[in-house]
Amino acid sequence: MAKLLEVNNLSISFTQYVQGLNRHDLKVISDLTIDVAESEIVAILGSSGSGKSLLAHSILGILPYNSHVEGEIKYRGNVLNQELKEKLRGNEICLIPQSVNFLDPLMKVSEQAIGECKDEKEHAEKKIKQREIFAKYGLDESVDDLYPFELSGGMARKVLLSTALIEDPNLLIADEPTPGLDKKSVDETIEDIKNLKENGKGVLLITHEIDVALKTADRIAIFYSGYVIEINTVENFKNADNVLHPYTKALINSLPKNGFKLTEGVQPLDVVDGCPYYENCPIRLDKCENNKPKLVDHNGVMIRCFNFEEASDES
Amino acid sequence: MVKINNKKLAKFLGFKAIRLLILLIVIAAISFIMIQLSPIDPVKAYLGQRIVSQEQLAIMGEYWGTNLSLGERVMGWLQTLASGSMGFSLIYRVPVTEVIMQKFTASFTLMIVSWIISAVVGFGLGVIAGAKEGTWIDKAIKTYCYILQSTPTFWIGLVFLMVFSVYLGWFPIGLSVPIGQLSDTVTFWQWLYRLILPAITLSIVGIASLTMYTRDKLISVKKSDYFLFAQARGESFWGIIKNHGIRNILLPAITIQFLSFNELFGGTILVEQVFAYPGIGQATVAAGLRSDVPLLLGIVIISAIFVFMGNLIADLIYKYVDPRLRGDDDE
Repeated sequence: MAKLLEVNNLSISFTQYVQGLNRHDLKVISDLTIDVAESEIVAILGSSGSGKSLLAHSILGILPYNSHVEGEIKYRGNVLNQELKEKLRGNEICLIPQSVNFLDPLMKVSEQAIGECKDEKEHAEKKIKQREIFAKYGLDESVDDLYPFELSGGMARKVLLSTALIEDPNLLIADEPTPGLDKKSVDETIEDIKNLKENGKGVLLITHEIDVALKTADRIAIFYSGYVIEINTVENFKNADNVLHPYTKALINSLPKNGFKLTEGVQPLDVVDGCPYYENCPIRLDKCENNKPKLVDHNGVMIRCFNFEEASDES
Repeated sequence: MVKINNKKLAKFLGFKAIRLLILLIVIAAISFIMIQLSPIDPVKAYLGQRIVSQEQLAIMGEYWGTNLSLGERVMGWLQTLASGSMGFSLIYRVPVTEVIMQKFTASFTLMIVSWIISAVVGFGLGVIAGAKEGTWIDKAIKTYCYILQSTPTFWIGLVFLMVFSVYLGWFPIGLSVPIGQLSDTVTFWQWLYRLILPAITLSIVGIASLTMYTRDKLISVKKSDYFLFAQARGESFWGIIKNHGIRNILLPAITIQFLSFNELFGGTILVEQVFAYPGIGQATVAAGLRSDVPLLLGIVIISAIFVFMGNLIADLIYKYVDPRLRGDDDE
């Protein structure tokens, strides 16, 4: 399958002023590498508030002005610069936003799904398409004239999804599509996202819900303290023995069905010299304290840990 | 497009009417008491410079009811008011209602024209400043607003008169009618020509606050999630400002503009004085200076109704145009 999106060594930091004129660079995403192919769902799983959404924002070129971005993003092999981002966003790459707050509170939802049009003709064409997509998701004509505040949680999800599909994009970025939804709506959302994959689209799913990631994705990237520490296939996530990173193992073991095992420790907030998981790692090496491991390929699994870096070096 | 629930509207207006009634009674009573407690003696004001004997004064006092207690006088005033009469103006020698009708019509055109100017200019500048936040054009508009906001209206009026009427000679010095002409022979253009300078001066009061308010609102819309999402969907910047920005700030801006009726009324008193424009503002000043108590009280009541109407319209717009509030009303 052709690669749709490739993100290589992406770092995002913010310049902040703390205590007067002291400038401080706050690094939110460090050295992030990930890729999404056609007909593939890749989940980025990380705790809430860890800056996962910024990855989506940086792909779409809507980061705030005080952010600083390093690394490279490619779409179908072409480097995505701001100009190309502005051209592709909304047509080839679409965002499925988090919540109904991303809709204009004073605009009817059908008009929002249609979006900006150059003329009446384009509007009429899109109106037909919008009706088709709404109908596909079981939103009848009465929904067209509703305002966002009148939607139920499940309806809002379908409207948000429809806004992304009007332009028939190839790559969708779903940013936390399931927060605060009841189980039925979550299952429906998962089904909807899986259907996109059946239609040959690539999906980058950003979530903090491990359950959603496990049920939806083909591959899961674990996001820890701004780093991607492991990218593994969803099959391997079924068993803690098949994942490589000690944090991922701890995460899998903490699931209710796997025995609810709790591992103590928190993610470091400050910039650390060594491995971000050093503090809590059961298999740490001496060099982990002051050296950062790289994300390396270990038998097809991407892993950021010295234990595996050496192994792959030897082989 | 706007669905109006007639029953709800009638109920709403009914409530508002009761509130207006209570407000008017309270205002009429309080302003009457304040005048009674002030050093103005209505009998002396009526007589002016004429010399009369003590007996004649006493007869006048009895006829006018100044020997009654304050409570009786307030009740008497309210009763007369309820019968639709506001008394007889001492300066103009005609019923107060007639004076107010005539003067208010003149002022109303002035106020409406300047209100519309300030709405259009203020909103426009606010949108530009908000959209271009942080750029030189935003800073220029902000500086302009700060200067306007901290400048008294009458002073701006004087400067305008000096520059445009005296030095440049583009506009007349004052009066709504050319000197030596009867007011009913004035053509529309003559009248409009004389309205321009006072209207612009008066509009300046409202521009600064509306601009700053609009700018602020637009900036908060720009920080909203739906603005970000619209960008993410590839909509153009000015397209987003037009489709989402203005859509979301127009309603609060119009509301603010209706709520500014009180400033408008206050401003018109100063502006009419500076431009010698014969409207309600000049009548107010004259009534105050020459102790024309009935006229002064009449103007107080009319201005209260005027400001109340502004607030009422603002309320109505919110209740019946904003879908979020309208939705709550549907049963």
